[in-house]
Amino acid sequence: MQIIHSDVLIIGGGLAGLRAGLAARKRGQEVIILSLVPPKRSHSAAAQGGMQASLANSTRGSGDNEDVHFEDTVRGSDWGNDQIVARMFAHTAPKAVRELAAWGVPWNRVQAGDHTAIIDGQPVTISESTTAHGLITARDFGGTKKWRTCYVSDGTGHAMLYAVSDQSIAAGIPVHERMEAVSLIHDGSRCHGAIVRNLMTGELLAYVARATCIATGGFGRIYQSTTNAVINEGIGAAIALETGIVPLANMEAVQFHPTAIFPAGILVTEGCRGDGGLLRDVDGHRFMPDYEPEKKELASRDVVSRRMEAHIQSGKGVRNRFGEHLWLDITLLGEQHINGKLREVKEICQHFLGIDPSRQWIPVRPAQHYSMGGIRTTPDGAVYGLQGLFSCGEAACWDLHGFNRLGGNSVAETVVSGMIVGEAIADFCASPAGELTVSTALIRDCGRQAAEEFSAIARCSGPENASQLLRDMQQTMSQQVGIVRHGDALQSAVDTLKSLILRSRQIGLRCSRPGANPELLLAWRVRKMLKLALCVADGALQRTESRGAHFRSDHPQRNDADWLKRTLAYWPDAEQTRPTLRYEALDVLRMELPPGWRGYGARDAIDHPDTSRRQAEVDALRQQLASADRNTRQAALLAFRHHLPAHLRGDNARLGEAP
Amino acid sequence: MISIFRRPASSPTPRRLTLDILRYNPAEPERAPTLQAFTIDEAEGMTLFIALNEIRAHQDPSLQFDFVCRAGICGSCAMLVDGRPALACRTLTRDLNSHITLAPLPFFELIGDLSVNTGQWMRGTAERLQTWIHAVDRVSIDEIEAPMAPELAEAIYELDRCIECGCCIAACGTAQMRPDFVGAVGLNKIARFRLDPRDQRSDEDFYELIGDDSGVFGCMSLLGCHDVCPKQLSLQTQIAFLRRKMARLGFD
Repeated sequence: MQIIHSDVLIIGGGLAGLRAGLAARKRGQEVIILSLVPPKRSHSAAAQGGMQASLANSTRGSGDNEDVHFEDTVRGSDWGNDQIVARMFAHTAPKAVRELAAWGVPWNRVQAGDHTAIIDGQPVTISESTTAHGLITARDFGGTKKWRTCYVSDGTGHAMLYAVSDQSIAAGIPVHERMEAVSLIHDGSRCHGAIVRNLMTGELLAYVARATCIATGGFGRIYQSTTNAVINEGIGAAIALETGIVPLANMEAVQFHPTAIFPAGILVTEGCRGDGGLLRDVDGHRFMPDYEPEKKELASRDVVSRRMEAHIQSGKGVRNRFGEHLWLDITLLGEQHINGKLREVKEICQHFLGIDPSRQWIPVRPAQHYSMGGIRTTPDGAVYGLQGLFSCGEAACWDLHGFNRLGGNSVAETVVSGMIVGEAIADFCASPAGELTVSTALIRDCGRQAAEEFSAIARCSGPENASQLLRDMQQTMSQQVGIVRHGDALQSAVDTLKSLILRSRQIGLRCSRPGANPELLLAWRVRKMLKLALCVADGALQRTESRGAHFRSDHPQRNDADWLKRTLAYWPDAEQTRPTLRYEALDVLRMELPPGWRGYGARDAIDHPDTSRRQAEVDALRQQLASADRNTRQAALLAFRHHLPAHLRGDNARLGEAP
Repeated sequence: MISIFRRPASSPTPRRLTLDILRYNPAEPERAPTLQAFTIDEAEGMTLFIALNEIRAHQDPSLQFDFVCRAGICGSCAMLVDGRPALACRTLTRDLNSHITLAPLPFFELIGDLSVNTGQWMRGTAERLQTWIHAVDRVSIDEIEAPMAPELAEAIYELDRCIECGCCIAACGTAQMRPDFVGAVGLNKIARFRLDPRDQRSDEDFYELIGDDSGVFGCMSLLGCHDVCPKQLSLQTQIAFLRRKMARLGFD
């Protein structure tokens, strides 16, 4: 088996992996990036609407800063996230946007003078100041107090991905395309790289590295209806799980995006609603204000998706031959705005629906969109359980998003976490622990094991069909582990998935083609995907509360007293058919923003016993430091800057804020 | 009232589609490339993405093709649809005849069946044309960003929308004769960085990259690229403009 060495092995060529690789490369490490597809085709390109960063340049963003962004993110997460991480993120996001600007991202800019925006269905005149002219502007997104989402028309992810990918080419980082990591090389305590399959030839290779980073994105394809690209099968998370030592956290926290076109599931951006688009029902009635009088269409995604499904259940859906949907109306934004700022949306509507969204309403229904859960890491991105293994981006549970992610925070997380975790990787490589001491016997054994896994599948002449199992799994997940969950359905989903796991050991192949064999690959992948599906379903079954995107109709309240904790799913024995679940408590006494009401959605949480005590402490500290500047006050509540690399600790300059 | 534009309702019995697909697996060099016919029933809203996946799931699990976003934004699935380069994922079967021919994009290395290696070629082109911002000045990311005219940012994005699908190269007369031609995708990138004031390269620098027959002077103005670009980039204008700028420089 060929062995390829590097200092750093990044698995995944999307924005997170590329940015982490760049950070490590700039510190002098030799980096190799593996990617299933050419990196510019990664799913990062599909982020349309924008990236949140509190630049506060535009009038509607005025007064924004890290504190507001932090609080929006924590409320969005339904208090399920790590507040240290949220602080690190909110602090670094403006730097990331400015760095990307220097790398050529053509961010839309502030135009001085009056312009008309559609707010709450009405045209409103907004005046932009001349001092802000030409600075990076922002649009409105759900669950935010300020207009904070920086954007490039509705091709933000594309522009970011191309800029960062071109930077990695400039830095001479090799990307080994059409390569899939199939297992991690590890000895039970230290990760030494990965066994990798060449998707063009079927050949197995060993990539040995001092540090390995999984940045393989989400696992939306375990669902039938998803906005995710077809490559988002979660294999990176699955190979981490299969070590038996690494936990996947909060896998039940799955986001459904309110506006996927129906029935294809292709995303149309939240920017449609941010820019003033409305949701309508079968009668043409704008129903969101009935449910959410304050935030209306721009409550957080979990809330809007739930309200939409409830509205369909109440008989107000629009029926067509594929099922029921609702309407997204952006006609009121006008043709000029749509042609300029929502042109991908326009193209998607033209090509997939045959409609013109400046004149016709778009059929939409919520679809799986994002995995808040993933490989559990520390704030540095170090993976629990294995030294030398890191993870960032959607693949990781860094835990910025808790149980619901705000729109515009994921594409921001990719670059921000890449900047931070890439530095931690470089630190690790420079430390004594970063020395490579792997034995060739271990590499050989791991390689043999992976080869045996593939040949066992190729040899098996069982009666099962991989694409049928995949469809059964996807259907089970969409029907029983979707937006509205119930204990009975979840139990039935767990039972179904367990039987699918057993059946997946009996897949027979119809074709024994040499080289790239798509059928063999599918048979191999579906076994991994089933494990992820079980982590999601079992995690959801055990969590007898509702929090963020995890909504249980049989346990509708958020229960901080019993469930202010992170689910950790392990798979220690290859033969077991459901994960081993453990829990990690969140410490209320260290929260800067103790649990409360989100400002939208239900208001009936069961309090944690420490909440009132912590709230009193926070109130007292705030009062005591009332005359101090906001950074001093903040540092007293939750110190975080020491977690950041030194060059990312500085204050962010803003118009109108004293330096 | 809502009026949804509908194409003529499909007849009660769905069309039966025949897809002739070019098959070749480089791992089996002894087997010559061949057109294989598959028949499927058309469904409402069917795209070539749906049709090809259905064939792979039910008829031939070995069929190779590339899809990623399946939404027309990533550029993975370009192929020859009835001889014309197009993104398969957003090609609706109802816009095609019932007999459809699919072949891999020419010019690029064939991986198998409909899958070609555009990624490797695009990376090589990016390295050769140095498609990144060349800035001498260091930027502090703690400070307020440099302003840019809003309309300039929008003009740069117009050119930044290329998805490197390879359609322009597959449709290019010059590329058929000169394997080293950078094509419309390469020239458009130069136009994009040339327009961007953050890139401090001069026209002389750009001339070094594209001022010969493998660059802007290799274009024969057949403009197949312009006709097939799925993002409708203004390739004709960009190439003509660049050629004028570069020609002037060549004379000086």
